[in-house]
Amino acid sequence: MTDPFRAVVAAGILPSEEQHRALLQSIVTAAQAIFRAQAASIFLHDEETDELVFEAVAGRSSGDLVGTRIPSSTGIAGWVLVTRQPLVLEDLGNDPRFARNIAEKTGYVPEAMMAVPLLHEERALGVLQVLDREQSDRFTLAEMDLLGLFASQAAIALDLLRGARRAKAIVQGGAVDVALVAELAAALEATEEGHREAGLQLLRALVEIISRN
Amino acid sequence: MSLPAWSLPSSELERIGIEHEWPERVDAEWAFGGSTGAGVRVCVLDSGIERDHPLVGPVQQSLTVVPEGDGHALVEDEGVDLCGHGTACAGVIRALAPECSLHSIRVLGTGYTGSGDVLLSGLRFAVEQGFDVINMSLSTTKSKFAAVLHELADSAYFGRTVLVASAHNMPVESYPWRFSSVISVGSHDQDDPRLLYANPSPPVEFFARGVDVEVAWPGGSTLRCTGNSFATPHVAGMCALVLAKHPQLTPFQVKSVLYLTSANVAPPSIGGTP
Repeated sequence: MTDPFRAVVAAGILPSEEQHRALLQSIVTAAQAIFRAQAASIFLHDEETDELVFEAVAGRSSGDLVGTRIPSSTGIAGWVLVTRQPLVLEDLGNDPRFARNIAEKTGYVPEAMMAVPLLHEERALGVLQVLDREQSDRFTLAEMDLLGLFASQAAIALDLLRGARRAKAIVQGGAVDVALVAELAAALEATEEGHREAGLQLLRALVEIISRN
Repeated sequence: MSLPAWSLPSSELERIGIEHEWPERVDAEWAFGGSTGAGVRVCVLDSGIERDHPLVGPVQQSLTVVPEGDGHALVEDEGVDLCGHGTACAGVIRALAPECSLHSIRVLGTGYTGSGDVLLSGLRFAVEQGFDVINMSLSTTKSKFAAVLHELADSAYFGRTVLVASAHNMPVESYPWRFSSVISVGSHDQDDPRLLYANPSPPVEFFARGVDVEVAWPGGSTLRCTGNSFATPHVAGMCALVLAKHPQLTPFQVKSVLYLTSANVAPPSIGGTP
């Protein structure tokens, strides 16, 4: 089975992009709640344009931020992405550049930020940020570990989202034949157990006829 | 018949005479007592160092890696830091080793996101320049770079450049901190900037101050930060102090000195900090 074909079939039988996005959303919502933070967000690194794209946002300024792009080569999120190192920064209000840049994009200026790279296999897929966690005490190494756990989860979700989008792009890329096969796979998946076996038999026969020609 | 260069005929024992001045016991006083880091060249491989930051002071040299042909070149830079991280690391080193000479090689923050090539080129330049200490608060997860990074780390080691690298605190494979030729650093949560712990379970070899550290930040400001990338320059600064007092030490020996003066190795009366 070729990779594009595999991807297309996956598009038919795996959950849709919307469901993956819902998973990302639930991760930022949980991160925001557990750190008692003002906001949490997940950025995907768009390698083609070298930008970070808001994919999920919870809390303050969550309005229309999803889809907003910021340059990935400057700033904290960019540094975290490139260096693969998590960072926790406080007293951000002291940095006028930071406040201005973020405020222009999000309308919310945090005092503190945790940022962690989303690593999947060898790739850095994006960044998870948690803004203004509740500070009853100073930051602890246990919190850093907790942040890492959320990052692992978010990285897997982000990878699924990328896979679904890739498959969708192939399907929508004008390849009518593969689109049809994906549709077939989806229809088969939705069929009840008894009918499915009959459908599979029919397909096997079809494969035999086609390969004879 | 001449023997290969890596063998030693007994007639040539004089050739390898090594003068040493090891005390009976290596303690903090011998290792870095009274040292200011004077004469030691420390390179910060990062996002640049902001010029004239009060907590960083003079920066001897600011360079940037830029594309040239199929590879990269090193050009003079105006002393900018678009991220802030390099300035933060430089400030930590300066606070520990006030008279060391600081050099910046910028490999981040200029639109090369995701390019491990720039990082490799920057490290290669730094190793070729023969700095005494290189602070590398960064890593790559790409295994295709691991072999080259390993070679560069070994070149640094044999060329008497101490390469200090941030360990990863997430369960992923990344480099170069896992290599035994570098000194890898994780964080402890205490406030003493000179307090080091040796880790009996590598690959992380030392723990240094990395939680809630007040660091220099662009715009002449400061920030409180947490992360292994801030623990790393603490060790780089300590290496500068040791090398200023004992310039003949090799990276292996510097690592041994750090070990012997770590709080969990040395008895309180011997180590730097009880």
